[in-house]
Amino acid sequence: MTHKSKMKKYGSLFMATALLTGALAGCGTNEDTSSSGGSSNAVSGDVIKIGANLELSGGVASYGSSIGDGAKLAVEEINAAGGIDGKKIELITVDNKSENAEATTAAIRLAEKDKVVAMLAPATSGNALATVEIANKYKVPIVTGSGTAPNVTVNDNGSVNEFAFRTCFIDPFQGTVAANFATKDLGAKNVAIYADNASDYAKGLAASFKETIEANGGTVVAEEAYVAKDVDFKSTLTNIKGKNPDFVFIPGYYEEVGLIVKQARDLGIDVPLMGADGWDSPTLIDLAGAEALNNTYITNHYSSEDPDASIQKFVEAFKGKYKEAPNAFHALGYDSIYFIVDAIKRVDGDVTGEAIQQQLAATKDLSLITGTFTVDEFHNPVKSATVLEFVDGKQEFNSKVNP
Amino acid sequence: MEWIQQLVNGISLGSIYALIALGYTMVYGIIKLINFAHGDVFMLGAFIGFFAIARWEMNVFLALILAMILCAIIGVIIERVAYKRLRNATRIAALITAIGVSLLIEYTVIFFRGASPSAYPTVFETSNFEILGVKISTQSILILSVSIFLMILLQFIVHKTKIGKAMRAVSHDADAAKLMGINVDNTISATFAIGSALAGAAGVIFGIYYTRIDPLMGVLPGIKAFIAAVLGGIGIIPGAMVGGLVLGVVETIVSALGYSLWRDAAAFVILILILIIRPSGIFGKNAREKV
Repeated sequence: MTHKSKMKKYGSLFMATALLTGALAGCGTNEDTSSSGGSSNAVSGDVIKIGANLELSGGVASYGSSIGDGAKLAVEEINAAGGIDGKKIELITVDNKSENAEATTAAIRLAEKDKVVAMLAPATSGNALATVEIANKYKVPIVTGSGTAPNVTVNDNGSVNEFAFRTCFIDPFQGTVAANFATKDLGAKNVAIYADNASDYAKGLAASFKETIEANGGTVVAEEAYVAKDVDFKSTLTNIKGKNPDFVFIPGYYEEVGLIVKQARDLGIDVPLMGADGWDSPTLIDLAGAEALNNTYITNHYSSEDPDASIQKFVEAFKGKYKEAPNAFHALGYDSIYFIVDAIKRVDGDVTGEAIQQQLAATKDLSLITGTFTVDEFHNPVKSATVLEFVDGKQEFNSKVNP
Repeated sequence: MEWIQQLVNGISLGSIYALIALGYTMVYGIIKLINFAHGDVFMLGAFIGFFAIARWEMNVFLALILAMILCAIIGVIIERVAYKRLRNATRIAALITAIGVSLLIEYTVIFFRGASPSAYPTVFETSNFEILGVKISTQSILILSVSIFLMILLQFIVHKTKIGKAMRAVSHDADAAKLMGINVDNTISATFAIGSALAGAAGVIFGIYYTRIDPLMGVLPGIKAFIAAVLGGIGIIPGAMVGGLVLGVVETIVSALGYSLWRDAAAFVILILILIIRPSGIFGKNAREKV
């Protein structure tokens, strides 16, 4: 009896060891074949898969869904025109819930499971930044439509993130344009800055704005900050009012800016207010009210009121599909797809993530909706910015500023 | 003049905290439960008001009353479903359940409508008038008067009505109250109903005043209201009002001094200080617990 049970015991121990070894061996082989080993995803079959890692819910859902709508329109147009060398484009969209961690997970999913050859990165700089490592690891280029922080493509030590690109200009540029507009066009002398302290985007804009204002001979009379998700800005605004600025720069996102503009006007701050592309959302008008937004300006990537013929053609196509005028995020999403597709068309031989990356970096004088651009050594497009003014809740084209 | 303006700002913010704190303090006073779902009832109130005004085109006051009634019902349901069976359980079990209920409400709302914010419709034209250089909007006057009216009404209910008397008795000693023929279950339900109705009203007022509402909006005001309740002396109704107003004014002063990034921290510093220095709160008596 005892002998038998001993046998059983050893037998099961043996089985367990065998299973464990097998499992470990399985792990080993998996690692060898996984794409993290070095080679990038490549196109196989008749479809070219492009991923879209977007904010479709959460705090900045309006940006992500706008980029997604623009991208969808571009994909439809390209497929209707025969695709790329007869291959259709398939856009695989994943919601990153406006969160950094979700954005990383979504990027891994797109690279690993869906095997995309390129992807649209999240709309905001912070979320886009969370996917840069994944792009480098899987050698799949990412293109963000509206991630404007410099460190998305260039690290703090000056090295370029090989696989990260964008179709928008970077934050410091917008801050500079805003400062030049304030001093030269509006004649502002004493300016106040009220920046979102929780985002790199707003801090980058505030810094370059301040630098240019001072270079232009203006004075920064007040520099205040808020944190995203705040709702009560009255006490700080009262402070700003006490300093009598003739211009207030408010870099931030629409969710808070809408409330800031409303509360500023309630407190009797009647001077021009200005922001950047983070203001661009219909929700801003709901939050602030059309009247409070009069005498406010933003720098942006494009204006649907721009008389340019190719822009008007895009506006018509967009209105035909979505029954509304496209905003800058729609245009950037649309441009991002054309930017990627242009690079894929120029690839000689196998369409792999690496080949696309090389072509993206080599893009020159590509004419898109948000401007004609050339990719510089830091993977930033060199192109013009547009200044828009809010008039009774509508954005009106004010002027175009070249870099 | 700037300081008077800041005071006006602080009182407007504080009166919303006070309204939410009243519910906290009432529930704590009666069943010694910190109802963390209270901030979410506030959020539900804001959304009910939003739908009533924006979709069903109701008058503001009707919307306010509707939000209060529905929130009262929700409060009673929460109590009956989640807390009632835990009445004799440990305090920590009830507290954890409250956190669970809070998360359940938040994410149920996110499931049905998503997490993106909504903008409250403009319910009345804001006109500002100036007194001594201080801008006061008609909105803040209205909000303040509604808050004060509700607080007075609550004081009246607690001190002059039969149910108020029952609430005070249950709060003092639930078992003795039962012996005297008071229906403890109904009294606790009434407490939840009244507290939740006030939270619902605060939600609507918050929406009108600050415009932006979203499913997680109840978290921070909920915690702030809890701090206000502790500050005033948890379980004491005038304490919650004073605590709320003090907290609103302190936060405003912190911002006004140029430390706007510290305002939330300031609230928690107050909580820590009050717990160290005077745990029973401003209005609390130093009563020893019976052994």
